[in-house]
Amino acid sequence: MIVAERKPLEEIKEMIAGYKRILIVGCGTCVTICWAGGEKEVGILSSQLRLAFGKDGNELLTSEVTIERQCEREMVEELRDKVQEVEAILSLGCGAGVQTIAEVFEETPVYPALNTKFVGMPEREGVWVETCRACGDCLLGETGGICPVVRCAKGLLNGPCGGTKRGKCEVDPEKDCAWTLIYRRLEKQGRLDLMRKYYPPRNFQAVTRPGKVEALQA
Amino acid sequence: MAIPFREVLNSGKFVITGEVGPPKGTNLEKMIHHIDLLKERVDALNVTDNQSSVMRFPSLGTCLLIKEHGGEPVFQMTCRDRNRLALQADLLFAYARGIRNVLCLTGDSITVGDHKEAKAVFDLDSVQLLHTVHTLESGWDIAGNELDGAVEFCVGACVTPDADPIEPQLIKFEKKVQAGIQFCQTQAIYDLDNFRKFMEYARKLDKNTKILAGIVLLVGARMARFMNESVPGIYVPEELIDELASAPKGKGLEKGIEIAGRLIRQIKEQAICDGVHIMAIGREELVPEILAAAGL
Repeated sequence: MIVAERKPLEEIKEMIAGYKRILIVGCGTCVTICWAGGEKEVGILSSQLRLAFGKDGNELLTSEVTIERQCEREMVEELRDKVQEVEAILSLGCGAGVQTIAEVFEETPVYPALNTKFVGMPEREGVWVETCRACGDCLLGETGGICPVVRCAKGLLNGPCGGTKRGKCEVDPEKDCAWTLIYRRLEKQGRLDLMRKYYPPRNFQAVTRPGKVEALQA
Repeated sequence: MAIPFREVLNSGKFVITGEVGPPKGTNLEKMIHHIDLLKERVDALNVTDNQSSVMRFPSLGTCLLIKEHGGEPVFQMTCRDRNRLALQADLLFAYARGIRNVLCLTGDSITVGDHKEAKAVFDLDSVQLLHTVHTLESGWDIAGNELDGAVEFCVGACVTPDADPIEPQLIKFEKKVQAGIQFCQTQAIYDLDNFRKFMEYARKLDKNTKILAGIVLLVGARMARFMNESVPGIYVPEELIDELASAPKGKGLEKGIEIAGRLIRQIKEQAICDGVHIMAIGREELVPEILAAAGL
């Protein structure tokens, strides 16, 4: 899933200063699951903004809506009537959501209320960790299902650097050294020969940015 | 003229290398003083590459300076600040200007340095960089284009014998040996028993790679405790810390010199490995004293 985090209230307030009527749009998929941009978060942000504007003696009219997926044009199209009644849109979607809305409603300014962080998974309640860099050249089959590209702070392919301390990373002692994890996993599977293999430099053309994928059947 | 480092390595003598750390800025006076002081005393001088991810005068430029002063430089190259184009270009330049030794390193993380918001590159890792050097030696670049004039280097790498856990580190060492290295410098070692174990493993793996034990000067018990706590891959045994702590006030540094000298002497007398790489980290003027304490 895509993991995002809400921007500080001050920054959001600054972005929409000067508007009197805005539409706040949540997204029902990834960012709902990571507690950043679902229906609940839309409600909270909306009242926080109205309060903050009110404190400054300004009025802010907000309408709120959460759609299933902001990254699909058809679903965003459904907002057309609501968009016509406002001066600007505040999106609590990921970067793809914000851009889909901006493309569908070209004449209305769209602002991001979230910072999109990474592709990841929940580690425990309320904590998400990055597990995929979307590098376009997946080698998880050879690394025991643990990605060194994203979970090693340096993205090393041929084993650990000298910065492992008690199995933790030199960059952040809270984080596991990916290569220690890979070693233990491959050892468990009797596949340490995979770690002895030389991995050549990565092919950064696997995804020429911006990336594009066309389904075979299309 | 300095003797080529490759010849020194092959001569069978106990090898001694030192290190100079380039300054932040263009005032090279102190570093030139260190170069002149050490060039005759050691077999080669390593030049750190934006050490600890702190932006400094470049390794490559300092290597040229060492050449101009009649010394033998080892060009340290990390993968942190340059992509594969820039790394290869610098290798071509280094060779064309007479630099013959290169030490291939991953490089510290950007976040430990003084430009924390910079983009870390790591387009290649240290093993891939070793392969890159050898590809350039064969007359081709790593994209498969022919070079008009190849390179030839005496190639080195690093290993951390006190890494925790050690097994993944040893596998990486194996890959470096397989990639082809003439020498390998270790992270600072203080625990000779553990180091002997590593050497047993290293010798079994390959007899030809010369191993140089890393010697980092301890300036007091506080520094030793700090390294145990905060520097990955370094372990200072308790008895060494006690010994440092027992030094009278203001004599900690002298004790540190004595310990460094003793370690070097033990390594040499017991023929534990092929030589030492002394890292005085900003106190390069003390290297002659360390060598004297080692009886060299």
